[in-house]
Amino acid sequence: MSKQRFSALSLLRRSLGGHRSWEPQWRKSEPKPAYDVVIVGGGGHGLGAAYYLAAEHRVGRIAVVEKGWIGGGNTGRNTTIIRSNYLFAESAALYDHSVKLWEDLSQVLNYNVMFSQRGVMMLAHTVHDVQVFKRHVHANRCSGVDNEWLTPEEAKAFCPPLNIDPDIRYPVLGAALQRRGGTARHDAVAWGYARAASELGVDIIENCEVTGIRRDAQGRVEGLETTRGSIRAGKVGVSAAGNTSAVLSLAGVRLPLESYPLQALVSEPVKPVFPCVAMSNTIHAYISQSDKGDLVIGAGTDAYTSYTQRGALHINMHTLDAICELFPMFRRLRMMRNWGGIVDVTPDRSPIIAKTPVPGLYVNCGWGTGGFKATPGSAHLFAWTIANDAPHPINAPFTIERFRDGHLIDEAAAAAVAH
Amino acid sequence: MSRWRTASGGRIDRTRALAFRFDGVRYEGLAGDTLASALLANGVHLVGRSFKYHRPRGIVTAGAEEPSALVAVRRDGARETPNLRATQVELYEGLDALSQNRWPSLARDVGRINDWLSPLFPAGFYYKTFMWPKSAWKSVYEPVIRRAAGLGVAPTEPDPDRYAQCYAHCDVLVVGAGPAGLAAALAAADQGARVMICDEQSEFGGSLLADRHATIDGASAAAWVARAVADLAAHPRVVCLTRTTAFGYFPHNLIGLAERLTDHLDAPAPQAARERLWQVRARSVVLATGAVERPLVFPGNDRPGVMLAGAARTYLNRYGVRVGDRVVLVTATDAGYQAAIDLRDAGVAVVGIADLRPTVSGELPAAARAAGIEVTESATVLGTSGNRRVAGITIARTTSAGTGGDRRTLACDAVLMSGGFTPSVHLFSQSRGKLRWSDDHQAFLPDRSAERERSAGACRGATDLAAAIADGLEAGAESAPTRTAAARRITARSPRSADRGYLGAVPLASDASQKSFVDWQHDVTIKDLAIATREGFRSIEHVKRFTTMGMATDQGKTSNLNALAIVARAIDAPIPSVGLTTFRMPYTPTTFGAFAGPSRGDLFDPVRRTPIHAWAAAAGAVFEDVGMWKRARYFPERGEDMHAAVARECRAVRSACGLFDASTLGKIEVVGPGAAEFLERLYVNSWANLGVGRCRYGILCREDGFIYDDGVIARLAADRFHVTTTTGGAPRVLAMMEDYRQTEWPDLEVWLTSTTEQWAVIAVQGPDAREVLRGCVEGIDLDAAALPHMSVAAARICGIEGLVMRVSFSGELGYELNVPADHGLGVWKAVHAAGAAHGITCYGTETMHVLRAEKGYIIVGQDTDGTVTPDDAGLSWAVGRKKPDFVGRRSLQRQSMQAPDRKQLVGLRPRDGRTLLDEGAQVAERPDQRPPMRLVGHVTSSYQSAVLGVPIALAMVAGGRARLGQTLYIPMPGGDVEVEVVSPVFYDPKGERINA
Repeated sequence: MSKQRFSALSLLRRSLGGHRSWEPQWRKSEPKPAYDVVIVGGGGHGLGAAYYLAAEHRVGRIAVVEKGWIGGGNTGRNTTIIRSNYLFAESAALYDHSVKLWEDLSQVLNYNVMFSQRGVMMLAHTVHDVQVFKRHVHANRCSGVDNEWLTPEEAKAFCPPLNIDPDIRYPVLGAALQRRGGTARHDAVAWGYARAASELGVDIIENCEVTGIRRDAQGRVEGLETTRGSIRAGKVGVSAAGNTSAVLSLAGVRLPLESYPLQALVSEPVKPVFPCVAMSNTIHAYISQSDKGDLVIGAGTDAYTSYTQRGALHINMHTLDAICELFPMFRRLRMMRNWGGIVDVTPDRSPIIAKTPVPGLYVNCGWGTGGFKATPGSAHLFAWTIANDAPHPINAPFTIERFRDGHLIDEAAAAAVAH
Repeated sequence: MSRWRTASGGRIDRTRALAFRFDGVRYEGLAGDTLASALLANGVHLVGRSFKYHRPRGIVTAGAEEPSALVAVRRDGARETPNLRATQVELYEGLDALSQNRWPSLARDVGRINDWLSPLFPAGFYYKTFMWPKSAWKSVYEPVIRRAAGLGVAPTEPDPDRYAQCYAHCDVLVVGAGPAGLAAALAAADQGARVMICDEQSEFGGSLLADRHATIDGASAAAWVARAVADLAAHPRVVCLTRTTAFGYFPHNLIGLAERLTDHLDAPAPQAARERLWQVRARSVVLATGAVERPLVFPGNDRPGVMLAGAARTYLNRYGVRVGDRVVLVTATDAGYQAAIDLRDAGVAVVGIADLRPTVSGELPAAARAAGIEVTESATVLGTSGNRRVAGITIARTTSAGTGGDRRTLACDAVLMSGGFTPSVHLFSQSRGKLRWSDDHQAFLPDRSAERERSAGACRGATDLAAAIADGLEAGAESAPTRTAAARRITARSPRSADRGYLGAVPLASDASQKSFVDWQHDVTIKDLAIATREGFRSIEHVKRFTTMGMATDQGKTSNLNALAIVARAIDAPIPSVGLTTFRMPYTPTTFGAFAGPSRGDLFDPVRRTPIHAWAAAAGAVFEDVGMWKRARYFPERGEDMHAAVARECRAVRSACGLFDASTLGKIEVVGPGAAEFLERLYVNSWANLGVGRCRYGILCREDGFIYDDGVIARLAADRFHVTTTTGGAPRVLAMMEDYRQTEWPDLEVWLTSTTEQWAVIAVQGPDAREVLRGCVEGIDLDAAALPHMSVAAARICGIEGLVMRVSFSGELGYELNVPADHGLGVWKAVHAAGAAHGITCYGTETMHVLRAEKGYIIVGQDTDGTVTPDDAGLSWAVGRKKPDFVGRRSLQRQSMQAPDRKQLVGLRPRDGRTLLDEGAQVAERPDQRPPMRLVGHVTSSYQSAVLGVPIALAMVAGGRARLGQTLYIPMPGGDVEVEVVSPVFYDPKGERINA
């Protein structure tokens, strides 16, 4: 496949030919008998890892196998929020690595992923929230991650629809704002990585479900069984989100993961009305507006573990009563579509990007509700880990073993419980 | 009467004219009109502009599937609703509607330039450009794109309307009140079932409301509907809901219904709810959701005046409106002919019929031919003309050579199209039922159900009226819990029609210069679909996301199947293999307010107030939210700010006596022969050796060994413990206890009862506390020997039976009086009066925090954060060493829990004796660092200590207990603050005061 660069000029040129000369953005590959590295899972994390393996580590034969269509899992189901103002230095380093990659991603991939640094504002509603977010602000400042404290009036100035009436049930007492945070176009991330990887020779094999992981006499990974036949592989990296525990169990590896439905919804499109991302952990809702004009709204996971990509009605009701409380002018808008994904959650709510006990088998999982923002960073570090058979310093703390030895990175706990 | 309104017929009330406005122009309609029918009756076809190309758009359908005619309806500034389908908006006197997505006016819209530049904007163009220069994305490209996108304008004022919610249960829920639905409801009711039937329209009847020809049980369709509706309404076990959309199908037959209550009224009662959201749990569900007529995809098919044949027929027969004077029908079904015949009977000139099928026979085409209408077989459409309304259509005959012969242009002012019927399987699919492709029907039909559900009528392919009714009767009877009555029979007759229809673009469409639209609202054309497949987007989900096909507010009701067929043809694959996009709730857009319902303001989350709340409010207390509770934070006296008030309150408690409302503390009574063992296993402390009448500070960890909650636990009897928790922690502690009781230790005989709201808790703290209480407490000896620190006794408190606990969170001699909540205020007032002589002072949570910090007592959730073990918090003395197990014990033995550099609770004092540290500020070993800094901890609590006269702070610092006396640094934006590491106990380290 010849390289076709994307630009305003190429668009103009090909418009003259009725856009008949565009080629597939990525090759539709049949599985070859053997690869150096096979990535299981064709979401942003998996496709990105394949891209970085090819682009930065010069691995020769790479494939990504995907049981459905690429970008069809959580990559295409999330609310596209990107930020890095995490509390612990380990997390902040991980997510900020990602934000830095986001900042150049459209140019690196020659694919407009529409990374929009609109600012992510996290609202504080109680004295306890204020303490927690100020701790974040201090920790981030010392780590070199931007995050600033806003008074309610400053928050309102940044986000005019916000209701800062002190008499509402949980008044806004302030907000932590990360200006470098924002949103991106989720599908474009998968497609952009797929296209760039494909141009570097990576085989992207859709409709190919892994049914077995083959190991040699020493226990080392030697290949995969799939619905499209056997594939030999020197190394296998699994990046399968909600299905990761199921895939890893094929190699006898048990992971401390639980899978939950996570829902999101969009309103009908309206003209620009919401300039940033606003999140409220206390009253469980977050909101932004897409380029298309939809208000994109989400909240926490459903309460029960499940593999169905849908959730319960009352979760949406609670999400929307929170949104209507904070933004009462949106009460008349209408839900256009609701959907669900499956998120894989670890006991400390931080991911695993690590080697597994099986030589040659690597895993990137446990992103819970926050995986999209980490896509480039996660992919980049996973590729490093696979290529070097050792973690990069940034992902070194994110091991499987931490759940045994107790070196947890507990962001959820750090958000702390109300007292 | 306008010239497009028929002289008679229809379901409108010709005696009631209604004035309304569209874009400021005054028109007149009739009661019973929709906004769409009223506009058409006034000859208005141009009603909106499309999303991307800003093309002039008209009214395509007569129902919920409308992709094109979106308007805003404004009642007043705060009651403006964007993106409503004109086909669903019921007319009322004074209705004020506005077109959308146009500037400066609907007729002259500068956005139209996008249409001329459309070669530059094919599907997915934005992925390929706007990347240079990088900074321009945020500053130029994205703002421009955003302004161009979006449809209507969101309201800017809070919505004053109310929304209601309710729950219902029934034996059979019938969704849809067309012929099949009505038959199903009647049949189920016959069998004695509790039936609910809902329909999104303003009246029941569905397709029958526009049918002039059918006869049912010997009556006209309209007469039969009236009788059926009357029968159902009279039935005591049937609930009928009009204007009610079943928008979502959730697990276990939970159906969400959105009922619109006031949008059709010209003057709704001020307090009337605008919508009501129903959550219906149905034993069985009958889906009689009908089918949606499909447009044909031909060049120029989006001009105003081009509409579905069934819609034109509905406007004529139901609303008495002729959609034009000269119409052309383009069809692939017999049903389309019915519209042509009806229009002709109403005096409309039917200029011609272009039928895509090679040979046309059957009852309806024969009738059309008999009426002298010219029918062209093997026809196709090459294009249309007209600017703001269709003015002509060019048709041709497809020849075996694949070219258009007999090319003719017909002048017309409306084009009707009928491409077949797409069963509405949305709810069935939402229920996780499996669809199967039917070649016979050229449609996906319900196959295996996942719930106790049955589809009936057109939504499962039974489009013939008699078959639909028979199917409905069977479904209704089958779904009833019992079958006792004889089966009802209904005979129906309507002209037979063959309606397999046509999928995809008409022949030669791709050669035309005009655009052939598949998705009207999102301006997706056959060329866009071709580009998508060319670029490798072949899964229908990829095509959808790349082209945005089916992602508009209509969610592709009229477009998805055509798109699927076009993609299948492009990649030469059978339709089922291309897949089907997932159907998601809601079926049609559903108001946020209906989901939120009454949950607003104080009802957003219940407000919990203590019995003393009103007194505190009257005393001028400032409150804070803690969990759901309102807690008094401080009691300012005249002119005091928080700082001054807290300093005064602190001094009073340290020097005399303070009164504090601790009623919000969580309280759980743990009772039973296994109670002590239960707490032994759950909390880290030992309980077996706690004597009756004694209290102990308990720590609860999670399985990971980190502190989850804490509180004083009193042993009231051998088998009865009074457990207190943090204010916010009570529900989760009770849930955790129940979890362990029910799933881990079902062997223990123990019962748990939340008693949080049974007791008011009044803390009396300070050196004079005992003296104050002497006059209040009867029946026990308050002396230290009789009632030492950490003991509990039943007593009469101001005449009320209660518990006196000698406990202290202030470090002073202290008591907590527990009295039944109803007596809380009385006792509070009595104690307050009794303490007046001692200068008793009310204090709030802020003072409580300062006092406890001076003593180094932690607040779970402030000084701990879910990563702190008992030892980290300096509480290892509390852990029962000899216990075989407790929750978290195993985790506490992990390697990292023993590490010497774990963060430990310490005190910090600023070296300058002045600087109040920021809570949350970080702690560093070395000064003058630049980011990223090496940090060793953070400040958890920081206050000005009134009694010590200096600022104090608690902090979690790595290896902190080994650092006493060390200097550390707090890096602040303005420079480092030097601090000394000290013991976390700042005041009365020997505990002499507490034991006084």
